[in-house]
Amino acid sequence: MTLLIGSIQLGLLYAIMALGIYITFRILNLPDLTVDGSFSLGMACAAVATISGHPLLALFIAILAGALAGLATGLLHTRLNIHPILAGILVMTGLYTVNLGLMGGKANLSVVGNDTAFSSIESMFLTRGEMGITLLALVICLTIIVILAMFFKTRLGLAIRATGDNEDMVRSSSINANLTKCIALAMGNACVALSGALICQYQNFSDVGSGVGMVIIGLASVIIGETIFGRRSVTIGLLAAAFGSILYRIILAFALKIDMFPPYALKLISALIVIIALSGPSIKAALQQNKFRREVNSHLSDK
Amino acid sequence: MLDLIKVSKTFFPGTANEKKALNSINLHLDPGDFVTIIGSNGAGKSSLFNAIAGVFFIDSGAIMLEHRNITTLPDYKRAYDIGRLMQDPMKGTAPSMTIEENLALAFGRKAHKSFFALNKRDAAHFRELLARLDLGLEDRMKTRVGNLSGGQRQAVTLLMCTISRPKLLLLDEHTAALDPATAEKILKITMDIVKESQITTMMITHDIKAALALGNRTIMMDEGEIILDIKGEQRSNMTIDELLAYYYKERKKQLTDDRMLLA
Repeated sequence: MTLLIGSIQLGLLYAIMALGIYITFRILNLPDLTVDGSFSLGMACAAVATISGHPLLALFIAILAGALAGLATGLLHTRLNIHPILAGILVMTGLYTVNLGLMGGKANLSVVGNDTAFSSIESMFLTRGEMGITLLALVICLTIIVILAMFFKTRLGLAIRATGDNEDMVRSSSINANLTKCIALAMGNACVALSGALICQYQNFSDVGSGVGMVIIGLASVIIGETIFGRRSVTIGLLAAAFGSILYRIILAFALKIDMFPPYALKLISALIVIIALSGPSIKAALQQNKFRREVNSHLSDK
Repeated sequence: MLDLIKVSKTFFPGTANEKKALNSINLHLDPGDFVTIIGSNGAGKSSLFNAIAGVFFIDSGAIMLEHRNITTLPDYKRAYDIGRLMQDPMKGTAPSMTIEENLALAFGRKAHKSFFALNKRDAAHFRELLARLDLGLEDRMKTRVGNLSGGQRQAVTLLMCTISRPKLLLLDEHTAALDPATAEKILKITMDIVKESQITTMMITHDIKAALALGNRTIMMDEGEIILDIKGEQRSNMTIDELLAYYYKERKKQLTDDRMLLA
């Protein structure tokens, strides 16, 4: 039970990162690798601000820092015409130094003993805090989903969706496609950094390496969600991504619990989940083709 | 209303592939003009449109729209005043968004101020416009554009191009990828919209008969130059044979290519 609740809590917090990935990968249709860096950036910002006694401000600083990181990638891509994947890797690499610098040159920073968003909610509830933490994570996650779902129905949101769909059409509707790309990248990375900040406060430490592989974990969540809910509207897509994140954590927790895999297998499993999910359609097509071939052959041998 | 002054553009200058796409083009359009443009492949027709729409910047010369110099204006800013329809029906719409959402995006600045992009007043307006197409699309406003046929998509794109009342409409063989019956229908819708909203229009076509029949002026292009510009009586008296003969006399070659419709 504790394992399940813990997974749901983690899933809800990581869900915000999955939402960020959904914005860049699915809505903007642009593989953004800044994420690995901006997740650690959110953690580092949150750790420093939390230690200085501002647990709530920490979350907003992380959002802002993440948005700036996304904006940097967007500007490299649109202004300097650097390939989006390379632009993301460049910013991610640069952020490694920034993150170490923020944490005073140390690879990890503990915030144990400081007030966090979670410890303050714990003190508000009289009973043991688990319920409070789950509720807080749920409220934050749902709030972000509602804000994003509403945003993608506004004119700007529509323009961002169209940019991922058909950039030429956006330009001919007199909208600056470079601007919409930068805004979407900033939003996506703001979500990722917020998720990093919350995880930092949740587990009471920040580590410069914890962003590694986040793109894949986020993508895995998005794909799991899509497998269950299908690819429909943006609102359902956002909900599906969050749900996928929770499910991913539960699967992972139980896989590790039954000692099927050692804990360090986490990232390999994530990569495998994504590979299986992405190869689904082509495997399905190959199976169908095989079935068809067998049918044709058996007809031929009948005659 | 549109003035091109000595507009030139060369692709791949200084290489073996150097191509003079536009060679010192001068052109003046009056408000309400409907100009049809003909010419063989590589004559510079699409390059002319690309230059006007701002897909690329020209090497020399100037482009004026209603006495405003737009030569260095980026394409998305020109799009406020210039609507463009391409040959490929897939190019003008966002396939994973609904008809309604596509129209709302194109309506842009002219739309009612509202928090969400879709609102009832605009929806009623869209419905009315779609009903006029007579394709039954008014009852499918929540359908994704990707699920429509090529002709339906081109009709939606046509609405999107004209919904915010641009000053100039560029039609780049916009019916060429459609089957004859659909093409005729789209062309009719185009003429109706242009006539009703009095938008100055330029239309590239490979159908010489249509080029002479539609609009009030015809331009023939070859090798980046305008070699014929007729209107009024001269145009109404012009036959297809005379046009072809003129081209042969001017250029010492036949005006034909595989897609040209001569009758």
